[in-house]
Amino acid sequence: MRATTKLGAAAAALVLALTACSTSGDDDEPEQTEEGLTKVTLQLQWVTQAQFAGYYAAVKEGYYEDEGLDVTIQEAGTDTVPQDVLANGEVDYAISWVPKVLGSIENGAAITDVAQIFERSGTLGVAFKDSGITSPADYKGKNVGSWGFGNEWELFAGMQKEGVELGDIKLVQQAFDMSGLISGDVDVAQAMTYNEYAQLLETENPATGELFQPEDLNVIDYNDVGTAMLQDAIWAQTDKLEDPDYEAQTVAFIKASIKGWAYVRDNPEDGATLVTEAGSILGQSHQLWMTNETNKLIWPSTSGGVGMIDEAAWARTVDIAKGTKNETGATIITEDPPETAYTNEYVEQALDELRDEGVDVEGADFTPIDVELKPGGN
Amino acid sequence: MSEILSRSRAVVLGVVGVALLLGAWDLYAAFGPDEGVRAGGETYLLPRADDTTMPHTWDVVRRLGEPVNAVPGAPDVLRAVVDASTFTLAIAARGFVVGVLVGLVLALVMSRFRIAESALLPWIVLSQTVPLIALAPVVRRWGSQIEIAGQQWTNDQSVAVIAAYLAFFPVAVGALRGLKAPDRTHVDLFHAYGVGWWRGLLALRLPSSVPYLLPALRLAAASAVIGTIVAEVSLGLKGGIGRMFIDYTTTATSDPAKSFAPILGAIAVGLVAAAVVGLIGLLLRPYRPAEATR
Repeated sequence: MRATTKLGAAAAALVLALTACSTSGDDDEPEQTEEGLTKVTLQLQWVTQAQFAGYYAAVKEGYYEDEGLDVTIQEAGTDTVPQDVLANGEVDYAISWVPKVLGSIENGAAITDVAQIFERSGTLGVAFKDSGITSPADYKGKNVGSWGFGNEWELFAGMQKEGVELGDIKLVQQAFDMSGLISGDVDVAQAMTYNEYAQLLETENPATGELFQPEDLNVIDYNDVGTAMLQDAIWAQTDKLEDPDYEAQTVAFIKASIKGWAYVRDNPEDGATLVTEAGSILGQSHQLWMTNETNKLIWPSTSGGVGMIDEAAWARTVDIAKGTKNETGATIITEDPPETAYTNEYVEQALDELRDEGVDVEGADFTPIDVELKPGGN
Repeated sequence: MSEILSRSRAVVLGVVGVALLLGAWDLYAAFGPDEGVRAGGETYLLPRADDTTMPHTWDVVRRLGEPVNAVPGAPDVLRAVVDASTFTLAIAARGFVVGVLVGLVLALVMSRFRIAESALLPWIVLSQTVPLIALAPVVRRWGSQIEIAGQQWTNDQSVAVIAAYLAFFPVAVGALRGLKAPDRTHVDLFHAYGVGWWRGLLALRLPSSVPYLLPALRLAAASAVIGTIVAEVSLGLKGGIGRMFIDYTTTATSDPAKSFAPILGAIAVGLVAAAVVGLIGLLLRPYRPAEATR
């Protein structure tokens, strides 16, 4: 009996101790720094690399500060789901691919695409020339590499568009590198223009002793196949967009971010360097390659300025998300996303302000640079 | 004298064992089939032996002495691995200490109150069935809501909590077993003399728990290290071995020797952790009857 009383007292003390830790998550008032800047956190979808150069440029060049924002960029780990982190209210904005978020929205995440930074898709299928694979129609009967985790839909949609069913191929789980292709475990590998494709071109071809060359490879670009889906976009919290302060902050954030991307377009070498300075350990030539390829996905803008969401591209992304089945027969979404899933309201304001300042937000005369990849990306 | 002999024999045998392992690796990497050996075209019986899959040990060692990348001022790989290992070790140590304390307290409560044991033990066992990758984002999310004395919760604290979460389990179970280990006759004797619970704990139960506690601590140290590295990968925490794994995979095909460097770091962290537990074991030597009577 005495023992139970003591135990009860101990339990009560424990509860008291736990509740004594204050929580700070509930207040919605934006935090201010001493200089009067509003604190804003951006959640990336991966670690620091040139794929996100524009945001780092906007920090480094003080564009966010000019708009009254003190921006912290938060990297992701392997298990970070940026749209969930945003929907939980842990951060103010997040970067994520549209198809991945569509699934989250259908599952109840209230977030909105407020600026479509990448206009084009960076997803490729890469095969060796002697394989004879030049389009998804040739995947039939082959070992097809895919990363899964929501990165596979353009590939599946491309195959299904050209009459190849998932049962016709052998789907191979691919690591985020190109060893599977080189060793012959996969006949066609998934690659991003700005990352894995470069990894391949940085690797010595055992047959020649030289680096692999683009001439050795067949590249299937899903933009050309017609099954490209919208990728990196800036997402905001739908509910908070009712708040005029958050709306103004969103316009300011988009404006400074686009300005950062314009800086990276005009100064790709600086863009690569400042990402490295921000803590990326990628090799110099790899970083510059990624900067250049990312620029190509953004510039020139054909949707009426960077960040504008092209209705046709959005509709295609939604169609593929609804109509493409994966190996378990599931689709990303079963019904159309709510109207709140995207809006051009804020990016339009941001673009207007940028045009008034004389910033080129379309980059009609953008020309990519030539990047020579060194062994190991160094 | 005989002890020194047996010690040095153990060291020599250990070195020979490691050398044999490395030799086997290099022999296979040199003479094994590049395509590996497969059964029925599908299952690998033996791995590939090409330079991407199995770089030679001397290539890995050579790579350690070269800069991480060509960025001016980049440290060499060895330096980077040492820094990352220190970072990871510091977090693992925090997780280990917290985990051991929590485990000991739980074991004490459970050994004191039978009702607590029935209530807690199933949950303690259940706690270890939660997969780490499911746990990590939740810990980070809860952490981001917490502010203690004006200090914002940070990701490295989340990682330490996850390490502690893995480390407390063997201690709680092992210490509980140990605290209940004294001979029935001893317990009866203490009882007969009317010795209180605290005296009994200090004089009888704690000493008798040591032989059970030490293996538990060894497990806890290993769990803390693994938990730290996996949580670093999971949360993308910058600075440690886990993040190094992520970073170096981008060059896994073009610079395979480099991607083995973090593995060496993880081994080093594990060895240091094991050594620390070994030291604790030395300190507690008087309470280890098995060794003491030898």
